[in-house]
Amino acid sequence: MSASKRRIGDVILKVENISLAFGGVKALTDVSLDVRQHEIRAIIGPNGAGKSSMLNVINGVYQPTAGSVTFKGVKRHQVRPHEAATQGIARTFQNIALFKGMSVLDNLMTGRTLKMKAGFLSQCLYFGPALKEELEHRRKVEEIIDFLQIESIRKTPVGRLPYGLQKRVELGRALAAEPEVLLLDEPMAGMNVEEKQDMCRFILDVNDEFGTTIVLIEHDMGVVMDLSDRVVVLDYGRKIGDGTPAEIRGNQAVIDAYLGVKH
Amino acid sequence: MEIRGETFPQLLLEHARIRGGRTAMREKYLGIWQSWTWAQVADEVRWLACGLASQGFSRGMNLAIIGDNRPRLYWAFAAAQSLGAVPVPLYQDAITSEMEFVLNDAEIADALVEDQEQVDKLLEIRPRAPRLQRIYYDDTRGMRDYDQAGLMSYDRLRELGRDYDRAHPEFFAQSVASTQAGDVSVMLYTSGTTGKPKGVCHTHASMIAAARGDVGFDGFGENEEVLSYLPMAWVGDHLFSYAQAMVAGFTVNCPESSETVMIDMREIGPTYYFGPPRVFENLLTQVTIRVDDAARIKRAMYHYFMGVARRCGADLLEGRAVSIKDRLLYALGSFLIYAPLRNVLGMSRIRVAYTGGAAISPELYGFYRSLGINLKQLYGQTETAAYVCKQTSGQTKLDVVGRPMPGVEIKIADNGEVLVKTPSMLKEYYKRPDATAESITPDGYFMTGDAGYIDGDGDLKIIDRAKDVGRLADGTLFAPQFIENKLKFFPHIKEAVCFGDKTDRVCAFINIDLQSVGNWAEKQNLSYGGYVDLAGKTEVYALIEHCVSQVNLDLARDPQLAGSQVKRFLILHKELDADDDELTRTRKVRRGFIAEKYAPLVTALYSGQSAQHIKTQVKFEDGRVGYIEATLRIKDMSPVSPARQAA
Repeated sequence: MSASKRRIGDVILKVENISLAFGGVKALTDVSLDVRQHEIRAIIGPNGAGKSSMLNVINGVYQPTAGSVTFKGVKRHQVRPHEAATQGIARTFQNIALFKGMSVLDNLMTGRTLKMKAGFLSQCLYFGPALKEELEHRRKVEEIIDFLQIESIRKTPVGRLPYGLQKRVELGRALAAEPEVLLLDEPMAGMNVEEKQDMCRFILDVNDEFGTTIVLIEHDMGVVMDLSDRVVVLDYGRKIGDGTPAEIRGNQAVIDAYLGVKH
Repeated sequence: MEIRGETFPQLLLEHARIRGGRTAMREKYLGIWQSWTWAQVADEVRWLACGLASQGFSRGMNLAIIGDNRPRLYWAFAAAQSLGAVPVPLYQDAITSEMEFVLNDAEIADALVEDQEQVDKLLEIRPRAPRLQRIYYDDTRGMRDYDQAGLMSYDRLRELGRDYDRAHPEFFAQSVASTQAGDVSVMLYTSGTTGKPKGVCHTHASMIAAARGDVGFDGFGENEEVLSYLPMAWVGDHLFSYAQAMVAGFTVNCPESSETVMIDMREIGPTYYFGPPRVFENLLTQVTIRVDDAARIKRAMYHYFMGVARRCGADLLEGRAVSIKDRLLYALGSFLIYAPLRNVLGMSRIRVAYTGGAAISPELYGFYRSLGINLKQLYGQTETAAYVCKQTSGQTKLDVVGRPMPGVEIKIADNGEVLVKTPSMLKEYYKRPDATAESITPDGYFMTGDAGYIDGDGDLKIIDRAKDVGRLADGTLFAPQFIENKLKFFPHIKEAVCFGDKTDRVCAFINIDLQSVGNWAEKQNLSYGGYVDLAGKTEVYALIEHCVSQVNLDLARDPQLAGSQVKRFLILHKELDADDDELTRTRKVRRGFIAEKYAPLVTALYSGQSAQHIKTQVKFEDGRVGYIEATLRIKDMSPVSPARQAA
């Protein structure tokens, strides 16, 4: 994969001096990071380092106690999840959050909800603009199905799928919103080697085909080092490293955080 | 109506003229079936041919075609043929070393492939296949950053073709008119159970003769629907999805992807179906698994009515006398079980289904016929364009492959080998006059390499490969494939390899079917950590032992084969795989190679040991290499004596 050939643009998302506390527990302390357009940005760190909290701050699930999030030039102290979504930030979850009883197709269609403009009545009657709109959405969703190669499970209820495929469907659901920035929370957790390879391939393809900026949390170091353009490392809610995979590999603070130090 | 035309491109233009508005092809794309009429297909082929010509591709050259069944790849056959060139389909899942051999052997300069995956493979091979210049790809996904020389998308090629066509409006028609029946129309590489693959050259005349014979035999017309899902490099698919469609003018449907074949088949409801026994076997395995998962009452209904079907289904299909009670029961079963089951299998509209390419076990064959599906066997090879013998619709015996097709002559050599003379005979093996001379007798018969005989009714019965049929030390007849097929009928057994020639007893390697045995283990609350672990479980051994003893019982009934019962077996720790050269690309076991590779296991089988350790190298699809280690147990079987059977 030729990261050099992708045009990495200006900073699209900037997180400045974020602190987040739950009562006395400090999840994040004064963390700043930036994400450039079209890049793959990894957030790594030991368990409880504050990685998922960071994602939750970015898309507004958590309100930071201090600091700001700047997305496409607009600086906000507080983001609400639906605002983040309409502005083009989509995400997947560490624990799969799909409608288990619904088919893959329907789950992907839910990803289009924010883009559905037709009125309630015309949607009920499936008439006029609603019909036209539905066809457009369905086409987009079918393109994603084709892209992720999940044609064979289009009509299968998600609950019946193996874990690896559910993860893929969740990625599809996030893609259905046509996001500019995609937040992936441990997309490869619990997968076997083959499923991981597939997922890596898809993440790179999404980044390459759609130009989507990707922020990902991942524990598999091999995957992180191969995929990402830049990596930020958190430990106990603080940023301890930020740079290219090569720089991170040589960073003493990171090595200490992962391997431990003698006290 | 017999359609005029001596070559495939001529047939295509004729179809475009007389049934231009009818659907020639469909492909499911973005969830919707897209169709092309014969007139549209003729245009597409015209533009593609012109595009190829504009790039310097011409008569005397060969075009490699690699990918899943896609309309554009089928058009590439016709386009190459229009130019007097030869299409060479390759197995799309072949590993690079195999592809490299074929590309070099066929002197390929131009290749038309499906997608990035195949492009990557060809780019990797190109340094070692210096003739390969131009690579065209259908699917542009992921191809944006490729700037290697000689790469071009199909869409671009098509545009160039349209320009070329406008500039030279007479070119295509003249080119098609100058194609001749005696030209080579296709080159199909045989999978080769032994040695390197050989390119089998068929002329337009031989392929069209086979297709015309088939179409006439079953009365196929323009209303047939077929699903093309078999590898394009296999003679079966070429005959069925290309040659026969070109002769009869019926509709060819391409599935959305190789994983959706079952779903697409239900949607299309083909009227004519062709598959190797393996496909029918997989379908049955899936049915069995799902029935086992069903509620008890459904399960009981299924087993009861399948019993009825076994008793009288085939008789009804063949129009023999059946008692009123059975007729009523069968009608009820048809309403409750058979019709819904046929629907799930996508076989509701099937008029004729064929199987061929390998021997089918009588049990499997009986299952489909008892459901009312007119499944018949055919017999043929790549070299004879799969046109030798076919069973007729009315009269069908389980264990024969039928009578010679019109124009085909068969004789049996002294060593039992079947010799065939047919209008669909290959022209030659590409650049292998030695091999051509070896396999065709001076009086023009092709030596099939199969052992068989013609029975009292004039039907051909195939026992095994002529070179595989052997004898045990005590002189008992030993037909390994015959026993293996019997074993493989059990859904739990995926592959079996039998040994026994010139030894004192028959021993077998068994490959369990992970899906089926895994499902069974789950129900037994048996936990396992993957294939190797599952294969070594005592419970699984007991399960397989039961299957083997059933086969032994069956063998014991045949006085000729009673002595070739399986005496010892072991369950292999890895799946036999074409990537490891253990199976051919059409998934036939390569017995000799396996015996060599697992020599310590074979020795252990015959030395009386109860276990043996082995370390095996495995090749992954990307060419990397790994190892699997395990200690395998060997199970002794007590022989069933025919005498005890009688008692």
